[in-house]
Amino acid sequence: MSVIWQLFLGFFRVGCFAFGGAYGAIPLIRDVVLSHGWLDDETLTYFIAVSESTPGPIMVNLATYIGSAQGGFWGAAMATAAVTLPSFTLILIIIAMMKNAVENQYVKTMLGGVKPCIAGIILATGGYMTVKGCAAAEPFSLDVRGAVITAVLAGALLACGKRKKKMSPIVLILLSACLGICLYGM
Amino acid sequence: MGKTLKIKALFFTFMKIGLFTFGGGYAMIPIIEDICVDKKKWISHDEMMEITVIAEATPGPIAINCATFVGYKQAGTAGAGAATLGVVLPSFCIIFAISMCLDRFLEITWVANAFRGIKIAVGILILNAAVNMVKKMPKKPMPVFILVFSCLVMVLANIFSLRFSTVALMVAAAGFSLAVYGVKRLAGRGR
Repeated sequence: MSVIWQLFLGFFRVGCFAFGGAYGAIPLIRDVVLSHGWLDDETLTYFIAVSESTPGPIMVNLATYIGSAQGGFWGAAMATAAVTLPSFTLILIIIAMMKNAVENQYVKTMLGGVKPCIAGIILATGGYMTVKGCAAAEPFSLDVRGAVITAVLAGALLACGKRKKKMSPIVLILLSACLGICLYGM
Repeated sequence: MGKTLKIKALFFTFMKIGLFTFGGGYAMIPIIEDICVDKKKWISHDEMMEITVIAEATPGPIAINCATFVGYKQAGTAGAGAATLGVVLPSFCIIFAISMCLDRFLEITWVANAFRGIKIAVGILILNAAVNMVKKMPKKPMPVFILVFSCLVMVLANIFSLRFSTVALMVAAAGFSLAVYGVKRLAGRGR
């Protein structure tokens, strides 16, 4: 199977199952990308950051980037089309003929199972990525600089939350970039 | 307004929304509300509420859900297509341009150092999104059980680098939820 088709199928699956916005899609995209060996964990993380800091839907940004890295312009176009197609079609179907689908008891029950499952998947993915950021190259040892950055960022986020303010992801990413340059640059 | 004009207006308005909203779909909802409900009066407040509910219940990028909905209400399927294309196009172009040079950019030492910090921020952002999701969840035994179970499975899979499909896990959770619902209904009928 050509790479373009694999991109289409992979991102179509992401588009079909990404409930709960971009963060719900990240574990799915990780799944697809790592199982095909398209990117390593590190590059994918870099690109999640770029997608957060550029305009537009994060899922579309990720699809475009991964598609472009694997299959050039057509790869990017296919992956982007594939990730948008399911929601586009589904919304048309719902407003055109099944207005009450969202109220349906069975649909509600299914979503009642899917949503906590996604929350669990995202929790595990976020936790794993954070811990990995503090881990040094040798197993079971701590990267002190990484741990300092984690502590500062988490502190900033919590302080904002306490004052009922929302911290923009871009601000957090810029802060982390400055910390990275200061701490690792030395 | 003629239909072609409407479609053009949809395309360019959603292109603007796609170009100027940072932070993904949730950041877009207030902006879409401001433009499409208050300024252009394309949809009503109630319809905006309706689309938020539908977006929560359907997969895919929230911005796409909103664009498709507003476009369809204004100008049918062609309108839906124009609005969706409009919201996707700016990020597609920007990211495509970035993808051409990111690799070379990462070879610069200070950029690489910056990204070592950014890597941690991404983990924390994802963790934060998860915590917010858990806070909003109903604290009943079944959702809590599914949450803990799927979280544990994922943690183990990550630690032992096992590759398995997250989609399978989600389908299993949906099936489990339906099964519990079915059993409850049968038990209710038996009484």
